[in-house]
Amino acid sequence: MPLQWLIVFLPWLGAAALAAVPDLRRATFANIGVSALSFLLAIALVAMPFEQHGWTRTDALNLPFILVAAFVGLTTAVFSAATLEAEGFDHWRVRAYHAAFQTFMGAQFLALLADNLGVMWVAVEIATLATVSMVAVHRTPAAFEAAWKFFILCGVGIALALFGTIVLYLAAQPLLNEETGLSWAALMAVAARCDPGTLNLAFAFLLLGYGTKAGLVPLHSWLPDAHAEGPVPISAVLSGLLLNAAMLAVLRAKAIVGSHPDAVAPGPFLLALGLASVLLAALSLWRRRDARRFFGWSSIEHMGIAAFAFGLGGAAANLAGLIHLLGHSLVKSAVFFGVGRAAQAKGSQKIADIGGLVATHPALGWGLALAIAGIAGLPPFLLFASEIRLLTAAAGQAPWLALALALGMVAAFAALITVLQALCFGPPTPDAARALDGWREAAAAAPLWLHLAVAAILALAMPAGLAAMLADAARVVG
Amino acid sequence: MSFGQLPYDVAHLLAGAVLLMSFVLLYQRRIGAVISAFATQGTLLALAAAWQGHIQGAPGLYVTALLAFVAKGVLIPIALHAIVRRLDLHRTVETALGIGPSLVAGVALVALSILVVLPATEGARALAREDLAIALSVVLLGMLMMITRRNALSQVIGLLSLENGLILAAIGVAGMPLVVELSTAALVLMVAVVAGVFAFQIRERFDTLDTGSLEEHRGEGR
Repeated sequence: MPLQWLIVFLPWLGAAALAAVPDLRRATFANIGVSALSFLLAIALVAMPFEQHGWTRTDALNLPFILVAAFVGLTTAVFSAATLEAEGFDHWRVRAYHAAFQTFMGAQFLALLADNLGVMWVAVEIATLATVSMVAVHRTPAAFEAAWKFFILCGVGIALALFGTIVLYLAAQPLLNEETGLSWAALMAVAARCDPGTLNLAFAFLLLGYGTKAGLVPLHSWLPDAHAEGPVPISAVLSGLLLNAAMLAVLRAKAIVGSHPDAVAPGPFLLALGLASVLLAALSLWRRRDARRFFGWSSIEHMGIAAFAFGLGGAAANLAGLIHLLGHSLVKSAVFFGVGRAAQAKGSQKIADIGGLVATHPALGWGLALAIAGIAGLPPFLLFASEIRLLTAAAGQAPWLALALALGMVAAFAALITVLQALCFGPPTPDAARALDGWREAAAAAPLWLHLAVAAILALAMPAGLAAMLADAARVVG
Repeated sequence: MSFGQLPYDVAHLLAGAVLLMSFVLLYQRRIGAVISAFATQGTLLALAAAWQGHIQGAPGLYVTALLAFVAKGVLIPIALHAIVRRLDLHRTVETALGIGPSLVAGVALVALSILVVLPATEGARALAREDLAIALSVVLLGMLMMITRRNALSQVIGLLSLENGLILAAIGVAGMPLVVELSTAALVLMVAVVAGVFAFQIRERFDTLDTGSLEEHRGEGR
């Protein structure tokens, strides 16, 4: 079996096997094992030359995301091994949680790898179903509320994306044969000769549909609640992985439509949605009292920044957007590891109930402080690099838009620093839960620090191979 | 193939009937009647898929038709009736926008989708583009129903009927690859939504999905 299929089916086989393991300890270790194997497969996949294989393709655009997805999957598995006991699951939920987690990972890899847009759509759908069940797993009214909102809004979103996919095929139909229909590479090859009106229609639906899943305003409202109500580790994969898969789907659609000279330019639409997301999120961040919802809103802001970058277009802005997505995956999941662990220790996820982490839990507190500083765009992490690149590119291409973007980023920055001070410094609040045993405490903090280290290394000394790949990808996006 | 020829006319008739049922969904006031109208729409969709399978010579579409009939014509309506009984939901439909204005908005949406689709798709064949216009109308009417109804169950039916519009679009595009797989995957999603209603059965939540009662559970406090 080629690697492309192996990396999808290994997690799915793992999901089937994990559904049969009722014991929490064994299940968490098996989960780490499956995730570690997926990570090795991802490394092997990156080492191989680009190729198109059946419904899948590997290219410069998706390989960095696959690597990051596998990495975040592995660290999340370690983190959930350390913290899952505190969620108080019975054995059914242990099974459901691990099965859903690996189903999601497989679907995530498939969504990133898919060359066939229909397959990509199915993968995004499977990922949605898996994450909805993980968000609802606590069975509290708030969890159901969040899961239901997530389900209905994303249900409408992916329905629109399917409509867009159908219209896209209709546009290219006279130029394609049935074998290659819906293949992204084939569509790219004929895109310049398609009917432009039909392409426009397709793009509108694809952008709205996958944009919903990427958390872009105006269809963002599922995102903060879904991030706040699931088990702690789920927020990390929701923010770090699912949003990237959706954004990549938007980029594939943009590349097709953008290569037709007479079709509507896709950039301004992405710019508008991105800027709206940044500005709305920057204002909303000031009103949040719940720490996990707060960082959910921050994800909306960062998806907005990335959409803005891709909307601006051009090699420099696209590169900034891609680096931003990767950096956001790494740093935001680190933030959720820290906030999740802190919420467990303090017995509440209200910002007012979590304070003075640096004094009571030094490793966690300092890690979280650095991660929040990183997500706010402070050096030496990846997001600093991408935001500077984006602002310089934007200042050259569209100074007024750059000003609006910078305003939004500054407002969000101030909100993030306020929360950073409240959570990590400030007067300590009492712990509600017993401390974890030694190895668990270490395993809960290690993923956070590992992510920070990777985000800093990539910012300061990005490996030449990865940098070349990202530069290639920036040209693919167009 | 054009207007006045049997394959074209029957395909149009069936698609139009699916659209008509979307309007019926909009003006029913009893939840039982809404479910029956949805079942009728599912059955008509199955017929439309089978007819397209016949005129396109695509046997795969018969599978889509069969699945649509079994799931949307029979099983999902039975499940929805069972949900209404089991959870003892209100039997009347609570509207956020009156029936009359909803119908007017519905007509406007159909006009909108014709105005959007027909000029935009001049390259495509006549049947495909007119089918697409009708399918988009069904999609938009499904969304309208989700917006203008307060009960969660009516919103679910709105989503289901939106998905009927998608299938209508997919079967109308001759030679669409993976059409059976995609329609099946979309159906799985819808079945999961209906299963979600069962799984999350909290009566109060589904009687009023008002934004007011949503706020309480958002952890933001008052």
